[in-house]
Amino acid sequence: MRPEVLLAFLAMAAVSYAIRVAGFLVGERLHKHPRLQAALDQLPAAILIALVVPLLAHGGPAEWLAAVIVLVAAWFVDLLLIPLALGVVCVVLLRAVI
Amino acid sequence: MLAPMPTPSPSLLTASRAAFLAGLARCAPVALGVLAYGLVFGALAEQAGLSIGETAFMSAFVYSGSAQFVALGLWALPPPVLALAGTTLLINFRFFLIAATMNRVLRGWPRPRALLALFWVSDENWAITMTEGDRPNWGAFFLGTGVLLYLAWLSASILGYMLGAVVADPKRWGLDFAFTAMFLALAVGLARKRRAPLVWIASAGAALLADRLIGGSTPVLVGGLAGAAVAALRPRGSDAS
Repeated sequence: MRPEVLLAFLAMAAVSYAIRVAGFLVGERLHKHPRLQAALDQLPAAILIALVVPLLAHGGPAEWLAAVIVLVAAWFVDLLLIPLALGVVCVVLLRAVI
Repeated sequence: MLAPMPTPSPSLLTASRAAFLAGLARCAPVALGVLAYGLVFGALAEQAGLSIGETAFMSAFVYSGSAQFVALGLWALPPPVLALAGTTLLINFRFFLIAATMNRVLRGWPRPRALLALFWVSDENWAITMTEGDRPNWGAFFLGTGVLLYLAWLSASILGYMLGAVVADPKRWGLDFAFTAMFLALAVGLARKRRAPLVWIASAGAALLADRLIGGSTPVLVGGLAGAAVAALRPRGSDAS
């Protein structure tokens, strides 16, 4: 392994890990304020939605239709595998058709 | 990573082991998607001119799918260390928000162990952990999800490197949609438990706007913060907004 390559990867690893530690330590303090606690409680849903919206925005009709199918399936089935597998199968079929 | 509890009574250990295994099981479908992407990453790393040891080292220590893919795009010799570190900071800044939500999961853990566990936080296993709600032994559950995805990513990177160009384009199998489908399904799970439509609208709208105006990895940050801001500002004591 080349030392300069290892150095680059270690720098990436350090940055990536430091962000998490910083977020965790800040989160610890936020718990003391009720309003910030409310924000923290809603943060997971907000992050998830913000993760998925650009992915869908970059897709087309096939992805959007498959997304609706996933949403409906996930609403009725609690087992993650079902909507996930359904979504992948639907997107392959829809891409072939649309 | 299942270090013994301070007072290791057998029932406590059994309970946390059961939670760990539940995390493994709940994460298994997602591990397949991670496996597929790890294979692609390994194949691309080989094409970029990394050695197999370097590829394994990167997946083992950087452990961040999107940052690793982008790093291959920037790859040159000697490696542009500052550009790589800066890009990693931008792409992974969302983990600042994500880690802020981990306090509840790792509640009661000694500080050093909790900080160490943060290494195994990824988008996918974090999302699955969050939909579990306040389950007992939540931290052990999280570790189960984390360990499985870590092993999947690491082993698939190495395997993909060895298979090289044989690894198919994930789009052909619809696997590129697997993560979209998973995030959607998990969002529905969270939404059912706690209804806050204003928060969802703010998050989706801000993410869309950031995606159009700035792009890159900013939508997650902007959307997450916008949703959290709406949650903080809404009238106190009201659970429906």
